[in-house]
Formats: sequence, C-alpha cells, structure tokens
Amino acid sequence: MEKFDVIVIGGGVVGTAVLRSLAAYKAKTLLLEKASDVATGASRANSGIVHAGYDAETGTKKAFFNVKGAAMFPSLTAELHVPYQKTGSLVAAREGGLPALQALYERGVANGVKVEVIDRKRILELEPNISPEIAYALYAPEAGVVSPYKLTIAQADHAVINGAEIRLEEKVVSLEKTADGFAVRTEKGEYLASYVINAAGAGASEVNALIGEDAPTETHAVGDYYILDSKEAGVVNTVVFPLPDEKGKGILVAPTADGNVILGPTSRKVPHEVAEENEVTREGLALVREGVGRLIPCVNLRSVIRVYAGTRTAVGSDFIIEESKKVKNYFMLLGICSPGLTSAPAIGEYVAGVAAEALGLKKKEKMRPLPARFHLTKATEEEIEDKIASDSAYGRIVCRCEKVTEGEILEAIRSPLPAHTVDAVKRRVRAGMGRCQGGFCRPRVMEILSRELNIPLSKIRLGDKGSEIAPYEVKDGYEKV
Amino acid sequence: MNTTCIMCPMGCSLTVEEKDGAVIVTGNGCPRGEKYGKAEFTHPERVVTTLLKGTYGGVVSVKTDRPIPKDKIGDLLSWAASFRLDHAVKTGDVIAESPVACGANVVATSDFKGR
Amino acid sequence: MKKFDVVIIGGGPAGMAAALGAREQGASVALLERDDRLGGILNQCIHNGFGLHYFGEELTGPEYAKRFRDKVLADKGITVFLEAMVLSLTEDRVVRAISPTAGLMELHAGAIVLAMGCRERSAGAIALAGTRPAGIYTAGMAQRLSNVEGYLVGKEVVILGSGDIGLIMARRMTSEGAKVKLVAEIMPFSSGLKRNIVQCLNDYDIPLRYSTTVTRVTGKNRLTGVYVAPVDEKMNPILEKEEYIPCDTLLLSVGLIPENDLLTGTSVEMSRVTSGAVVDEFRQTSVPGIFSAGNVLHVHDLVDNVSEEAFVAGASAAKFAKGELALSETVSVLPSNGVRYALPQKVHQGEGKVKIYFRVDKVYRGRTVVVESGGEVVKRKKTLVMAPGEMQNVEVDKALIKGDLSIYTEE
Repeated sequence: MEKFDVIVIGGGVVGTAVLRSLAAYKAKTLLLEKASDVATGASRANSGIVHAGYDAETGTKKAFFNVKGAAMFPSLTAELHVPYQKTGSLVAAREGGLPALQALYERGVANGVKVEVIDRKRILELEPNISPEIAYALYAPEAGVVSPYKLTIAQADHAVINGAEIRLEEKVVSLEKTADGFAVRTEKGEYLASYVINAAGAGASEVNALIGEDAPTETHAVGDYYILDSKEAGVVNTVVFPLPDEKGKGILVAPTADGNVILGPTSRKVPHEVAEENEVTREGLALVREGVGRLIPCVNLRSVIRVYAGTRTAVGSDFIIEESKKVKNYFMLLGICSPGLTSAPAIGEYVAGVAAEALGLKKKEKMRPLPARFHLTKATEEEIEDKIASDSAYGRIVCRCEKVTEGEILEAIRSPLPAHTVDAVKRRVRAGMGRCQGGFCRPRVMEILSRELNIPLSKIRLGDKGSEIAPYEVKDGYEKV
Repeated sequence: MNTTCIMCPMGCSLTVEEKDGAVIVTGNGCPRGEKYGKAEFTHPERVVTTLLKGTYGGVVSVKTDRPIPKDKIGDLLSWAASFRLDHAVKTGDVIAESPVACGANVVATSDFKGR
Repeated sequence: MKKFDVVIIGGGPAGMAAALGAREQGASVALLERDDRLGGILNQCIHNGFGLHYFGEELTGPEYAKRFRDKVLADKGITVFLEAMVLSLTEDRVVRAISPTAGLMELHAGAIVLAMGCRERSAGAIALAGTRPAGIYTAGMAQRLSNVEGYLVGKEVVILGSGDIGLIMARRMTSEGAKVKLVAEIMPFSSGLKRNIVQCLNDYDIPLRYSTTVTRVTGKNRLTGVYVAPVDEKMNPILEKEEYIPCDTLLLSVGLIPENDLLTGTSVEMSRVTSGAVVDEFRQTSVPGIFSAGNVLHVHDLVDNVSEEAFVAGASAAKFAKGELALSETVSVLPSNGVRYALPQKVHQGEGKVKIYFRVDKVYRGRTVVVESGGEVVKRKKTLVMAPGEMQNVEVDKALIKGDLSIYTEE
C-alpha cells in the first residue's frame, strides 16, 4: 500500500491551496478528488470575488482568514498567472440605508479593512450607471475579482510540479485510524497516511462521519448566476453589492477577471442529497434580474451567454477550521462558504503549517515556479510568430470566440494535472466560454482530446463519468423505422 | 389520407381518397396540388440522403440517385446501417446498385478517403 | 504583408460565390477560411434541397459546395488560405489573420467582403433553467458530430425549435437510430419550410407541438429529461401545465445569429432587426469598401439566394477596388405593415432593376406587397401566402425611384 505523509481529501480552491502550501515542505503528499477534475464543486460556480473583509463578524475565523487571504491575492495571482483585478467594491444603499452602511463601516475598521462611506457624487465617479435610487455606498478599494477555477487549477499544477500527487475520480469511501496511521480507501485504491486533511466541501461532513468525528449539520444554498457577453464589460467597474441581509451578501453585479459581467447569486436552501446538482431555477433567474435592476438598471440581459448555479455549504455562522480533538492528526475544514475563496490562500498556509508541525516536516529551500500558459490574446506578435514556428498548432484557432489555439488546448491536456474532459480543457483555456458556448469548438476540442488520449470520440466526456458527449456511433443498434 | 402539399408555400391541406377506382384529391388550391396529392397517394416516393460507415472508420454522405418508394425507406436505412464501405470514393461514384431493388443506386455526395 | 484587390472572409457558399463574382471582374482575390476545407456549413448538410433555383437541380449540401469549390480551386486568381482565422479588420481595410502554415498574416485589401455566416443561439442565450448535464446541444453541433464525425449524440431526443435545422435533425437522428419524441415550437407556426415538416416529421410520425417550450432540464452527468409547457400570447410558459418527458438528448434550434464580431470597433452601421450590416443593392456597408453577403448579412433560408447575393457583393467589391463603383444618391427602404425587414436598406437611384428581399412578421394569406416611392406605387405583387420562415422578394425598376421606398403589405 502506498504511504503518504499527508492526504488531502477534496480538490477545491481550499484543498488545492493546502496541497500547494504543503508542497513547500519536504513531504509525500496526495490529494484525492472524487470528480473528474479539480474545481468542480463550489470552487467552480461562485462569484469570483476577493472580499475586502468588512462583512464578516469581527473575531470570527471568517474575518481573520478573509483579511489575511485578501492581502495575499495580488502576489499569489501574479505568481500563479491567474486572472485577477483589484476592482474595489461598493455596497450600494438607498436613502435610509446610511445606518446599515455605517455599521458595516465600523465592522470593517474593526477587522482592519480600508473602507469609507461615500455619497452619490463619488459613487457616480466609480459607477456612472448606478441606479438613480442609490444615495450612499461603502467603498472598499482592496476588493477584487479573480477566476476561482483558474486559481484552483494553478494551485494544483504548482503543487504537482513540486512533487505533490493528485488522483482524480477517487472518492474516499472509508477512513480508519490504524496503528500505522490512516487507512484511506477510495473506489480505486488504498493508501496510508500519517495526516489527513478533510477539505471535501459539500461532502466534508460525510467524511467526518467516516472517521467517527462529529458531522455537523450542513446547510446548502444554491445560487443562480448570469454571465453576460464580454461586450457588456464596462457597464460596471467595481463589484456592486446591495445591503446584505440574513441570506447573505445579496445579488451583485460585477466584472469577471476574464472580461465578462456576472450577475447573481440568489440563495435557495436545498437538501443534502441534491447539494451538488446545481439546478438553476426560473424563479431564481427572475430574482437576479430584479436585484440587478435595483443596482444597475441598464444592464443588458439580452446579452446573456450562460446561466448556471453554484452551491455553498455552511455550518452555522463561521468556518470550522480545526484539528480534530477526537482523532489525532486529522484536520477538518467545514462550511467554507463566502468568504471561502478569498480565505483560501490563508487557510492553505495555516493548515499546512499545522500539519507540518504535527509531523515535524522540514521546509524546502525553494519551490519550482509555475510556468505561465501561452495565451494568444495576451502575446506579442513576435511571441506568436515564435510559438507558431515551434509548433504550428499555435497557429490554428479552435475556439473562435475566445481565440484559443490548438497549441493552448494541447498545453491544457498536457498540464501537470492533465485535463482529460471537455470541461477541464474549458476551465483551463476558456475554449467554449465565449458567446457561441462551444458551438464551433466543442467538436474540435473533442477531436483533439480523442487524438491525444488515444480513445474513440464516443468516450470523450463533458465532465464526470456518464457525461460522454456523443456516446454512440451512427447506426449503432439501428432498428428499422 | 391527409397530407400537406409541398408544391408551394401555401401548404394546402389535402385529403386524398379512392372512390370507385378513381383517386380524388380535395383541398388543393391548384392543379399542381392535385398532381402531388395523387402521386403521394398512389406511389409516394422520396430521395433518401444518409451516411455510410467506412470499414476502417469515418463516414461518407450518400443519396439515392432517384426517389424510391416511401415504404422502402426503412429497408434502405437498414441496408445503410449494416453496409461498410471499404474503399475511397469520389462525389458521384455509384457505391451500390439498387440495394433495395427499386432501381435507385446509392451514390456518394462527397469524397471519401477510405480512412 | 500581402495585397489583394478583394479579401473575402469566410469560405462557405457566400465566400465562394463572392470570390467568383470578384474574379469575373478580373480582381485578385484572397479567400480566408477557418476550416481545413472550403464549403462552410454545407459540408455538414448532407440532405438535399439545395440548388433548385441556382442550378435547376436538387443537390445535397456537399454537392452544392463542390460546384463552387471546384471552380474556386481551379482559378489561379483566387488565393485560398485554409485554417486561417481572421483576428481583426480595420476600416482602412487591413485584415489580420492567423494560420498554422502562414503564421500571422496582414492583408491589405482594395475591398473586403464579409462572408462569415452565423452561429447558433445556445442554451445559455435562452437562459435555459435546470441542471447542466451532457446531452444538450445545438442542432448544428449534433449535425456536425453525426454527418462529419459519424457519432450520434443520443438515443431519446426532444427538439426545441421547428426551424429547418431542427426539422432536418429530427429526420437525421431517426435515420441513424435515435427516437425523436417531440419537436416543440414556441411560436404558433413553424419557421421552417413546409416540405421539411412533411418529409422530416410527418414521414416519421414525429409529433410537433406549437406554442410549446422547454422550461427546464434534469440530470446530473447526462440529461435524464426535460419539462415542456405550453406558452401564452406573451410567450411565457404556463408552468401549471408543465409536463415531464424523459429523454437523454435535447437539441436546440432556437435561432441563428450573424457572426459580426469582427465589426466591433468599426463604424459599420448595423441593423437591429437583421443583426447584420445595413447595405445598399451592391451589398456595400456604410463603410466604403466593406461589403457583406450571405448569412452574416441576414439569415437566409435558401443557399441559392446566398450565392446570388454574394456574387453581386464580390463583383461590386472588385469594382470598388478598381475605382469603378460609381455611386449616386441613395434612398432608404422602409418596411412597415407586416414587413419585418427589407434588404438592401439603401438603394441608389439610376437604371436597371433592384431585387428587394424581405421577411414578413407572421403568416399572411392573399396579401399584396406594395412598394411606393415619392408617393407613387412603383410595384404591386399579389401573393398567395407569405410566411416568416420564407424569405420573399420583389423587383423594382430603379428608374421609378423618386424618393425613399416604402414596402408594406395590404389585404
């Protein structure tokens, strides 16, 4: 049986942040992810906001990790070549909303966040399209937007090139403490680990139950989103929130780090069994339209290119980030909902530190850097010519809308953590994320995957098992009409 | 039989019946419709366009070089489902002669390299 | 840096016809095509019905494409760039493109013809609710996967949209071994050709429901079913009447959008109705030297009309490049009363005839199409029936044009 120092369960933005931070130590590490790729849970479908940190209650883990994490984003995203912009954020309020804004302001100050309350005149300078009903706002210049799945993937790739292992499609089905350490069994294999970190997101409570740790009640809330065509970018410059309510931060309007506009999310509680179905509802979409209309009424909803939903999992009002008191060398992360994305880098560093201390791990002298991917859209003419000369695949555009070349797609398939599904390629290089949503490129991406993975086109999947895109040959089992 | 005439965009709803040995068409707006209705009733036929699979992979688009009786379409598609093309063809090449015995050959409508 | 009299963007039926039209005027032509062969969408349209007007024969898509492709490839005056994607174009007619063989290219054009065709509206564009499993495709994607690759996307199919692509795919899927359970159409009528209703649905006993839409989809990794519901006069689904249909495939045939992204940032005047450029009878846009034809200009039903229009655009572009396109004053063509749009939107005064294409906004029986200019009727055309899904046309004598043209229907 393979032995590891640390096994991380769950390949979301938190799990991969932990794995990457652990990769700075001399250790044998493994991340087990049940799906076909990292970033397929909440890390895939959220607002992509780096929150400034005024929203979380002072003294909570949310506040602590949010503020710490937010400060790490500029250098982290630069190091990992992840799209990120410090856009700033506004909590926009009508007349009469000033006391609520004031309370947020005070909390911000207490949390150590740079915030100010501004009037309509200032708001208009930042957001000329703000609704005429908005009178005041809380402005937090340190907030930003990031691509949450690109961050997750980059963390994973960086960990892998620094010696970590990631195994996909391996759901943990049993977890036992034995004399030799933890016996971790998945659908495919069995491993031994000295330390186990539960970062399993919506499945974290279940994993706790496997090891006999308390399994706190989780609440799962689905949120609907609109993504608008990149030609709408510019309708909003910062992340614009309404005043928060008991459900959460509310329906926002924001630019995305990749140049689109995002609207949403709503918050609809769902039972555990459907927590990962991510169902968009018509009612939810209507609520988004309504909410957006109260903030930036001129948003052109007809340029929607995609609607989707994500699910956040909460346990009570704060994160649970702690070593188990029942089971030695078992660390659990539960309820990492908003501001989970912002907190992830700080959580990763913290948890890795705890595990390293428990095991007496030594730090490496330095980590190998993550090489940047080639992007046609960001390269100079000279760089493009050189790239095509080295491999003509960089001259063949496959995704017309986002101008993604075959060379970039091959890079994605050959990543340190390889992409082997259409969605995995999409998350890495944006092929299929443009206005035609894969209408032109999907069959071509499938062909490239089929060739690279040396499997028939009929086996190429969108994502997890059972998602084969064109599973049959024509005339297969044809019965006379 | 009820059908829609396809001779022009009017799309008249036709009723075609056999009465005392004669075929009567009603609902047509013009003589072309009467002719169409009669033909659809007595000998409905279609040109069939489909694919054939290559023995070593790939597909080629084909058609019947003239209309075949409607009730033979199923036979033709069944034949097409099991037939395998083992050589390269060019557009217009006859791939199979009258495979469902109606005098209509199956011809290639695009080039096939015989992958 | 390469110089050509005419640079054509797109090597489908419009691009190929434009190339031949430009060559007839003796221009040097560059034809840029993103796929690895010419033919465009016709390469995957293996059904017939093409060429009845242009060639007097009934051809399949690939056969129709071949007629043009052979001529284009045989003409040494046409330089074809395959696997070439245009990245940008400017109003002073500099086209930047990229290809695996030529790398980055800069072409200077005497005139440009836009022939990029259109894309399909996606599930996201119609804000389709439900989950996000595999099993949801645009009809065109399913068509390519089956007719070019030889793979079937699924076995139990529901189709949303009764436009021609949806109807054709209903028959294709059935012929290849799938069961098409339903075609749902949100309008009270089909936008497809009657011939396809009969030969794609009726022939195969595939049910068609009007005023019906798909409200949401189910399934985690693979589609397990869709909910359909009737819609009211405002096209809103009547949710109390939602009905579940188990299926593993949903094909969307819910609209085609001209692919005019390259014009972003230029001052080319666009029509909000067609989503294509505003053009004159030579298919020249508001920017001199930039022409447009085919589906990128307005979505066509018959490729024969595309070829005719694109030939004119190519010839006119060539004339422009040689400084021979002498132009007089234009008048506007203004649609009303049943006419949803008319093209060209501008006509030059002068001699000869001009063919005005138009679409009506709903099905009209027994109406007359009237064209007026300067307060006088210049053309009257009686019709038996006009449907939105069938592009109409009327020819007008240019000598009779005395002011803006008004085109409308009357009972």
